[in-house]
Amino acid sequence: MTEYRPVKQPTRNPPRGAARTSAARAPAADARAQRAAGAVTARTRVSDRWHSWLGHHREMAAEALRRFFATPMASAMTALVIAIALALPASLQLGMGNFQRAVAGWDGQPQLSVFLRREARATAVERFTESLRGNAAVAEVTYISPEEALAEFQQTSGLGDAIVDLGANPLPGVLLVRPANVAETELEQLAAQLRESALTDSVVLDMAWVQRLARLTELGQRLSLGFGLLLALGVILVVVNTIRLHIENRRDEILVVKLVGGTDAFVRRPFLYSGLWYGLFGGLLAWLLVAVGVGLLAGPVAGLAASYGSGYALQGPGPAYLLGLGGGAALLGLCGAWVAVARHLRAIEPR
Amino acid sequence: MITFDNVNKRYASGQDALVRVSLEIGRGELVFLTGHSGAGKSTLLKLLTAIERPTRGSILVAGQNIGRLRNGQIPYYRRNLGIVFQNHQLLFDRSVFENVALPLAVAGCSRREVGRRVRAALDKVGLLHKERHNPIVLSGGEQQRIGIARAVVNKPAVLVADEPTGNLDPQLSSEIMQLFADFNAVGVTVLVASHDLELIARMRERVLTLQAGQLIYDGIPAREAAYP
Repeated sequence: MTEYRPVKQPTRNPPRGAARTSAARAPAADARAQRAAGAVTARTRVSDRWHSWLGHHREMAAEALRRFFATPMASAMTALVIAIALALPASLQLGMGNFQRAVAGWDGQPQLSVFLRREARATAVERFTESLRGNAAVAEVTYISPEEALAEFQQTSGLGDAIVDLGANPLPGVLLVRPANVAETELEQLAAQLRESALTDSVVLDMAWVQRLARLTELGQRLSLGFGLLLALGVILVVVNTIRLHIENRRDEILVVKLVGGTDAFVRRPFLYSGLWYGLFGGLLAWLLVAVGVGLLAGPVAGLAASYGSGYALQGPGPAYLLGLGGGAALLGLCGAWVAVARHLRAIEPR
Repeated sequence: MITFDNVNKRYASGQDALVRVSLEIGRGELVFLTGHSGAGKSTLLKLLTAIERPTRGSILVAGQNIGRLRNGQIPYYRRNLGIVFQNHQLLFDRSVFENVALPLAVAGCSRREVGRRVRAALDKVGLLHKERHNPIVLSGGEQQRIGIARAVVNKPAVLVADEPTGNLDPQLSSEIMQLFADFNAVGVTVLVASHDLELIARMRERVLTLQAGQLIYDGIPAREAAYP
């Protein structure tokens, strides 16, 4: 144990770096070295290193937490900035989910209107309707006779008298077909099938609003994704800047730790935990903001829904959101801290 | 133990800090490095401690080329090195004990081992009774001794000191030098940079003198200093 052990290829983690051999023994230079007893390189057992490594993680996590609460105002402001940045895309996302739920509650199914030829006989129409009911692609068929159509038109259009003056009923019979499958291609197929019938005058596939809704939903989702990415970048930058200040305050310490043989990982650790805490608290605060926002909107939304005779209620951010926001923000904080420390470590590397 | 072979160091500013320096320090030697400020003492120590890399030439420590170490290897190299700074570089946000324990914490020692070694190191510099103090309340000489305790706590094979007596009175300075001699007596290779020529002359040890980046003297000076 008296020889100097040169540095072998180090592994990244200190606990595993213990497996160093004492290969090259420099020959004793002079008599004094012969009785050398004190020049023993610090040797630490692997288990010691492992425990110490875990212990250091625990210590650094606790210390970073202490530092977080040591400057409560500054920390709270940083966390709040992160929270606001994350609450925006999160609430947009939540709003999209709620919107889709609300829309699904409506009669959201597309519908095919089959206008029948005026000369079609009632019995033929009856048979056609029955055959459609047997069709697997059709969920429901409603027949509106020309008389019913006229009555409804007179009621709703306010042009009833003008129609009566026409003498004859100009309206055809209509079959309202609700498809079993709402996929676009299947709808087209069904429409083509319906057109083939001799009774059919024309088929109107009322797809436009369904498509518009789908596009709108997609637009909203892209917007929230874009906002999310942009604001996630913002969160990282906030953490980078905050951790940069931490580093400034602990410049001497970093230098000393590096000079007594601290690895980059060792130097990085406390700052990574700081970033993690900033992110985590920011994320949890963001969840709280969204939850409070939903709470404030729930009353009016329920009132609005009730006025439409719907039992719809806003859905708040659930545990999935809590987990996603907390975990995601912690990860962003970690990234930011990593970037900040990496920049500083690069600056003090030997040239 | 330490070999400099034609080492040049040119800083980015174009200044040549070391010019073709070659020297050899054997295992277990105690060597003083002198020279006016700006002569290259600090640069030589920075190269030895891998804070800077040589522009040309090679530096071997225990057969290992320090200039060629990858950044990831440097920490492990430094763990075999004890470094004492002029301004002692103690951290005032923690106790004396924690300051001295830092190299052990970095290397991943067990808690019991840390306590044992830190107390041994503090005992050697005669400050065991101050382990709970904050270093800021200690005198300059005591702070420097804490710095030395931190440098030796890891039982390094090589001890490097940069102006360790820079701000101390003669009495304290010679105490500090005696500490280095004591560590040397148990086999540690010691390199001390100092401009305190009087003190060095009294130690009667090997002296290296740098001037304008060049090694101009290497030997054990006679009673009358034969070097500038």
